[in-house]
Amino acid sequence: MRSVLPVAALVAVPLLAACTSNTTDPGTAAGAGGPITVTASDESCDLSAASAPAGNLTFDVTNNGSKVTEFYLYSADGKRIVGEVENIGPGLQGKLIVTAGRGSYETSCRPGMAGRGIRADFTVTEPAGGKKGPSEDAVLISRAQNRYRVWVQKQADVLVARTKQFVTAYRSGKDARARALYPVARTPWEAIETVAESFGDLDPKTDAREADLTQGQKWTGWHRIEKDLWPQRAKSYRPLTMKQRAFYADDLLRNVTTVRNRIRSLTFTTDQIANGSSGLMEEVATGKVTGEEEYWSHTDLWDFAANVKGAKVAFEDVKPILDKRDPALAKTLTHRFAQIDHLLAQHRDGTGYVLYTELSKAQIKRLADAVNALSEPLSHLTAAVLP
Amino acid sequence: MAAGFGGGVWYGDAHASTSKAGAVPTTYPFRGEHQAGIVTPAQDRLHFAAFDITTRSRAQLVALLEAWTTAAERMTQGLPAGRVGPTEGAPLVPPDDTGEAIGLSPGGLTITFGFGPGMFRDQKGRDRFGLADRQPDALRDLPHFSGDQLDPARSRGDLCVQACSEDPQVAVHAIRNLARIGFGTVAVRWSQLGFGRTSTTSTSQATPRNLFGFKDGTLNVKAEEVAALEKHVWVGAEDDQAWLAGGSYLAARRINMHIEIWDRQGLLPQEQIIGRTKGTGAPLSGGTEFTPLNLTEKGSNGPLIPVDSHVSVVSSERNRGVRMLRRGYNFVDGSNALGGLDAGLFFIAYVRDPRTHFIPLQATMASNDAMMEYLQFTSSAIFAVPPGMKPGEHVGQALFERP
Repeated sequence: MRSVLPVAALVAVPLLAACTSNTTDPGTAAGAGGPITVTASDESCDLSAASAPAGNLTFDVTNNGSKVTEFYLYSADGKRIVGEVENIGPGLQGKLIVTAGRGSYETSCRPGMAGRGIRADFTVTEPAGGKKGPSEDAVLISRAQNRYRVWVQKQADVLVARTKQFVTAYRSGKDARARALYPVARTPWEAIETVAESFGDLDPKTDAREADLTQGQKWTGWHRIEKDLWPQRAKSYRPLTMKQRAFYADDLLRNVTTVRNRIRSLTFTTDQIANGSSGLMEEVATGKVTGEEEYWSHTDLWDFAANVKGAKVAFEDVKPILDKRDPALAKTLTHRFAQIDHLLAQHRDGTGYVLYTELSKAQIKRLADAVNALSEPLSHLTAAVLP
Repeated sequence: MAAGFGGGVWYGDAHASTSKAGAVPTTYPFRGEHQAGIVTPAQDRLHFAAFDITTRSRAQLVALLEAWTTAAERMTQGLPAGRVGPTEGAPLVPPDDTGEAIGLSPGGLTITFGFGPGMFRDQKGRDRFGLADRQPDALRDLPHFSGDQLDPARSRGDLCVQACSEDPQVAVHAIRNLARIGFGTVAVRWSQLGFGRTSTTSTSQATPRNLFGFKDGTLNVKAEEVAALEKHVWVGAEDDQAWLAGGSYLAARRINMHIEIWDRQGLLPQEQIIGRTKGTGAPLSGGTEFTPLNLTEKGSNGPLIPVDSHVSVVSSERNRGVRMLRRGYNFVDGSNALGGLDAGLFFIAYVRDPRTHFIPLQATMASNDAMMEYLQFTSSAIFAVPPGMKPGEHVGQALFERP
């Protein structure tokens, strides 16, 4: 998942920076009139049509000029951006898919990405069958964004509290308690992993596995302590001293607290929430279902379940939008989340989960199949809920 | 340049270098200034094998290199591996060629040999064959890079053989017969099949695609760039070991791709990870495939070619002008236990010095490249590739001769 929530989220850079197509399923996007071609140069902006029926409009933009260009669809007053496709290099193409109701609009090519651009009037007519295009639902969107923000903050608070308990047990030599608390403390981290790992300076210090290190990089964080608590697989391992334990414990708590503090200032766009959902399932596919994440403790299923939980929360937050835009996808995803939850429930053990090493090959394969079954349709969520 | 094999024609046609006008040559000269299989236009199929040396005898090792040279030369020229032939020998004697290439064209078969660090010193640093003082400084096991999940059983190696052909069966035939000749002196440590070249080593070739679906190797050093080859690929006479002058270093990395996860990325995010368009391969800064990258051209959110895109991270512009000659292959080794494709790119690069031309690039890629999220490095090896051979010489002969 590319830049799910980059640090740039702090400065509100749109997620899909270049050539963004601003709406729904490309499969239904051509619109009644078919794509409109836009031929842009440094001096001109030629559209194949000056009007189109309401619904999803597709503009295929070709930049024949020598400057980088962008293409906009504005409201009739020329001020509100209805849709845009940016960063089209010389000789390249961009595609804008946008939902537009009946009315007057303005189009604009902006060679050199400066000034008002080359503008022209554009008319959206009554749709062919009198059918209305889907309306923007600002209320649903803002509700989803607020709910997700609050939930992520709550997880971050729980993370700090549980990490404190965990490192306290660890640094005071209560190993059994520390081992019991380790997967529990990591659960809120994994539930918001795509957000937590978006801080490029902190992620390597908190969540790096031994194989992730570059030569000379000091290994700190969750997995360093994990190895010290479960050294059985390590060859000629030398346990950390109490002094070293204190260092790694304090370091982890400090970094996790910084993550929490930074999260407090974050807001999330709808596409970031949707990307977060599919991003968490990618984490499951690359690290958890393979048993690579918790190499020493084998507590991968805790992380697995927490990733799925976070993905499901994000999905459910945007589901009211999806219900309007693509009810079939909403239904499929609801069903697939239920399937994977059902499968995970079979591996529960008390308040937690069985160890990865206790799973049979067939059980792991079934989990992997369920991850694929969910992740494939989930990869269409972002495009479906984009404003 | 091909040494004279009197009775020549066996399969293919050893005398005609191409089967028809304009087609890919069926044979390339085995001997020359450099070993074949480096700047030779990349054939479509690969069988690459790494060997452990099992003998302690220097004489036996030299005898193997002589035997390999002879057999390799024969096979590249369309002859059987052995002098007798697959069906011409005595009834109760196993044939000295295994026979699966009977009737096949060599398909431009090249066989390229390399020497690993383990040929000079064992794991404890002890001289193995009286060659320790001739180990090039640059020939050391590659360091651990971030994200390496190496399988030791298919990493490293004391010797390597790269067999490339348009016909996969011919490439396999070559490795199989060389391995057979080597039993008792060397043992196969690991081997890798590759289908579908992912690089272009000549301007006469179109750029192929890797399993991410993108054109790969557009900016590769090409055979026609003589000055660039001298600078970036061939070891110079002034470099530390004279026996290696005209040779090169071969870095091999088996790169597994998280195929299923990649396939779930939107087209635009894919293009931003690579830095090129998926269709034509044009850089995101504009133009067509071979338009130079413009890493500074700004869009509305920073460079049009994202700073963490693959082409930007490994560009010569951002790496002190360094380039390499890549000769990698797509591979699919069936599926893994989870039902995912066990697939990716078997990366092969030829460079003048891995310390300047490979290790820094791999390190910067490991820590900065957005593509890393979809990659897992599962094998790693480095070899010194001796220069080409004059008639009568065996591969690496200068290494074993005292001045």
